[in-house]
Amino acid sequence: MGPAAFGLIPLEGSAPPEFGVQAFDSRPLFPSSVWTACHGEGSLPASCAEASSTWTDVWFTNHIAQAVIAAVAVIVFWLVVVWRPKVIPGKRQFVGEYLYDMIRNGVARDIIGRDYQKYVPYLLALFTFILVNNLFGQTFLFMFPTFSKIGFAWGLAGASWILYNAAGIKRHGLAGYFKNMTVPHGVPAPLLILVAPLEFISNFITRPLTLGLRLFANLFAGHLVVMVFVVGGSWLLLATSASSAGYSPIWNVAGGLALLLSFFVFAIELLVACLQAYIFTVLTAQYVSSSLSEAH
Amino acid sequence: MNLLDTAGSLNMIGYGIATLGPALGVAWIFASVINGTARQPEARGAMLSTAWIGFAVVEALAIIGIALAFVIN
Repeated sequence: MGPAAFGLIPLEGSAPPEFGVQAFDSRPLFPSSVWTACHGEGSLPASCAEASSTWTDVWFTNHIAQAVIAAVAVIVFWLVVVWRPKVIPGKRQFVGEYLYDMIRNGVARDIIGRDYQKYVPYLLALFTFILVNNLFGQTFLFMFPTFSKIGFAWGLAGASWILYNAAGIKRHGLAGYFKNMTVPHGVPAPLLILVAPLEFISNFITRPLTLGLRLFANLFAGHLVVMVFVVGGSWLLLATSASSAGYSPIWNVAGGLALLLSFFVFAIELLVACLQAYIFTVLTAQYVSSSLSEAH
Repeated sequence: MNLLDTAGSLNMIGYGIATLGPALGVAWIFASVINGTARQPEARGAMLSTAWIGFAVVEALAIIGIALAFVIN
C-alpha cells in the first residue's frame, strides 16, 4: 500500500500538490535542498536531523501562509464591505452591517457595557480572523483549520491576555488592578491567604491557558475525527486481499460508508468552527469586562 | 498490517470518563439559562454574562484534562 493507492483521493502521503484533507505536518513553502532530501521517498541520508532544516523551512510553512491569507482576507472583506456606504444598504453593505452589529451589540455592548466602543475593532477582527481560519478546515485548497496547530492559538490567547490586563491597568492603575483581581469583595481577611493565590492563578494563568487550549483542542479533535473518517475510510475502500492481511470485502463497504458519513462530520465541524470563534470573542469581552469592573 | 490490531493509550479512556463532570456542568449552566430566560426573558443578557464565566471555569477542567491526557505517559 504505497502513496499511489491514494491517487484517487489525494491524502496525506501522496505526491504534492496535495489538495485532500491535510495532516498535521507543516510543509515549507520554499523547501531547501536539505529538507527535500530528508523528506523524500525511500532511504534518507544519515545526516537528517531537526537542526538540518534552514530557518525558511521552519517559518515559511503552509500553516503560516494560511494564517497570513486569512488576515489578508479579513482586511479585504471589511474594506469591501464598508466601501462607499449608503443610507439604504445594498446586499454587500448589509452583510457587513449584520456581522458588525452582531459583535458590537450582541457581544461588546452587552458584556463590556460602558466604554465598549474602544474594544469593538479588536473583537470584530478577532471573530472574523478565527472564523476564517476555522473555516479553512472545510475549504478546498486548504482543508486544515489553522488553529489545530497550538502555536497559533497561543498567539491569539496572548493577544487577549495583554488586552484585558492592559485595559484593567489603564482603568485602575497597577496596584488597584492587582488588588481588584486578587482580593474578591467581602472575603474575611484570614481567608485571603487561601483565596488570593487561587484568584491570582485563575485570573492570570488559567484564563489565557484555557482560552488558547479551548480553541486548539476543539479544532484539533475535530480535525482528528475528520482524518479518521477520511483517511481510514479511503484506506478501507481501497484495500485488497493483495495489499493487506485479513482482508474481507466488508472493509470496502465500511470504507465507502465512512467516506459518506465524513460529510456529516464536516457539517458538525462547520458548527464547531463558528461556535468556537464566537466563544473566543465572548470570553475575551468577558475578561475585559471583569478587569474593568470596580469590584467583583 | 492488520487493521484490527489496535494500539492506543488508556489515557483517552480516562479522559472520556473525566469529561463527564464538565459535560454535566456545562449542560447544567446552559439549562439554567434557558430556564431563566423562559421565566424572565428580559434578564437573558445578565444571566448569559454570568453563564459565560461559569462555562469558562467549568470547561477549564475538560480542557486541562485533554492537555494532561496527551502529556502524561
